[in-house]
Amino acid sequence: MPQMQFGIFTVGDVTTDPVTGRTPSEAERIKATVAIAKHAEDVGLDVFATGEHHNPPFVPSSPTTLLAYVAAQTERILLSTSTTLITTNDPVKIAEDYAYLQHLTDGRMDLMMGRGNTGPVYPWFGKDIRQGINLAIENYALLHRLWREDVVDWEGKFRTPLQSFTATPRPLDGVPPFVWHGSIRSPEIAEQAAYYGDGFFHNNIFWPIEHTQQMVELYRRRFEHYGHGSADQAIVGLGGQVFMRANSQDAKREFRPYFDNAPVYGHGPSMEEFTAQTPLTVGSPQEVIDRYAAMRDHVGDYQRQLFLMDHAGLPLKTVLEQLDLLGGEVVPVLRKELAAGRPAHVPDAPTHAARVAAAGDRPEAQRAHLVDDVTGLSPEAAR
Amino acid sequence: MTRRTLAVVSSGLREPSSTRLLADRLTAATVRELGALGVEADVEVVEVRLLAHDLTNMLLTGLAAGGLRTALDTVARADGIIAVTPVFSGSYSGLFKSFFDVTEQGALAGTPVLLGATAGTPRHSLAIDHAMRPLFAYLRALTVPTGVFAATADFGATSPQDVSDESGALDQRVDRGARELAALVAAREPSTPADPFANPTSFEDLLRGL
Repeated sequence: MPQMQFGIFTVGDVTTDPVTGRTPSEAERIKATVAIAKHAEDVGLDVFATGEHHNPPFVPSSPTTLLAYVAAQTERILLSTSTTLITTNDPVKIAEDYAYLQHLTDGRMDLMMGRGNTGPVYPWFGKDIRQGINLAIENYALLHRLWREDVVDWEGKFRTPLQSFTATPRPLDGVPPFVWHGSIRSPEIAEQAAYYGDGFFHNNIFWPIEHTQQMVELYRRRFEHYGHGSADQAIVGLGGQVFMRANSQDAKREFRPYFDNAPVYGHGPSMEEFTAQTPLTVGSPQEVIDRYAAMRDHVGDYQRQLFLMDHAGLPLKTVLEQLDLLGGEVVPVLRKELAAGRPAHVPDAPTHAARVAAAGDRPEAQRAHLVDDVTGLSPEAAR
Repeated sequence: MTRRTLAVVSSGLREPSSTRLLADRLTAATVRELGALGVEADVEVVEVRLLAHDLTNMLLTGLAAGGLRTALDTVARADGIIAVTPVFSGSYSGLFKSFFDVTEQGALAGTPVLLGATAGTPRHSLAIDHAMRPLFAYLRALTVPTGVFAATADFGATSPQDVSDESGALDQRVDRGARELAALVAAREPSTPADPFANPTSFEDLLRGL
């Protein structure tokens, strides 16, 4: 069981390769995503996470379909999201989809809640973007109950009320999937993660480390405030972005056209400015190790580090080579360096097995199935 | 003596710049007027020209590089703002607008602001009232009634007889604007921007607020 999980997260963009001028089809991009996920397992990474988007040029609109398909072809890698839209998805459907995925994967999954960053997605799904934070709060409060109470009566502001509702399937082993809350700049979401004792993921790939530090500190302080443990026992994840070649100059030369034309930051700051201001590291594996081994100096010992490796039109072959370097040369060293000096009371990265074991240690948390053996009804409904 | 912070945002493009020249005159007059009210002023100048590349990068990526971050914090923290732009195509310059485009929502709300503009001819003088004032109304800033416009010729005119209208010579208009700004800044409690990271809204309150 690793102390820290290292993995990759994909945005799933279909982007023209600026070097060849070639644009992959959606079919190619989807199949490439599967190949990347499987290779991530082969090179010894711990996590594959997919984004959720509902507009071109992105393909991953159906994360559980992708993750279940990958799960069927892998043995070990944990499957997750980056992020699941808690604002525009129906929390009832999230409860069902991801509980089903949890069973199919034997618990080899978790998920990260996010609000999304594309304005029109809200109206496309019948929601109001000005209610973004409130949707995240109410929807997750319902999702949290649906996975913990067998029969739910519920009424809120944003969806139709529920009477005597049971989300099926019930969570595997009576233990809900682990949840991360991803937020870049909303203190409310750090507060939410702290309140529930869930994980907090700061996707810092466009942000200076000082900002990341501020958000993580807030989450840790509030995690302790809400009684889930000491601040350094809070569950923290970070984003990252790297491009490597054995020779640092080769990495810079090869990646520059992809950087210069990338969605979001292309045609903006220079690669040198961007690497100075954000965690993007373009260079040798050793440079990547040095940069990422220092992250904990800013945020404390943490549990999950995800890298963005497959965007901006990078060809599949290149991405697979990058994974070879990440899994072969970088992560083993980072594991060793970050294990050194890590206090024993800092929790390991969360897994289903560990959470089941922890639930077993606490008798009050034993999850008896609250269903009458004869009638199949919950005791509450049968009363 | 009490202290207040004045942020001076000047978006001239040339060096030396007549926009900066006007900004400096407005600043000196405001500091003097504040002094007369028993308030010591700490002046922080944001020369937008120096942030031009970072501004474009921030518009494209959302990421505020070092100098720009500091400038945005300066403006958000200020007790009063002096904002001066050259007039381009009948309005504030694009660079000036870009700077205020990337300020945090609410960062200028309630902050007293003295507006100034420069141009080659007096025919641009309404740019302050027709372009700048609506921008700062959107930002919910408190603009003082006098806006100070300086055409190139104003830098030569020293008496009301030398200017073509009833508004007075440039130095008189500078003094009037400075008095108005100083009175508002002095009357106001020092600015203390809320820090959502230091004092988050508790989750119980967020739940109750649904």
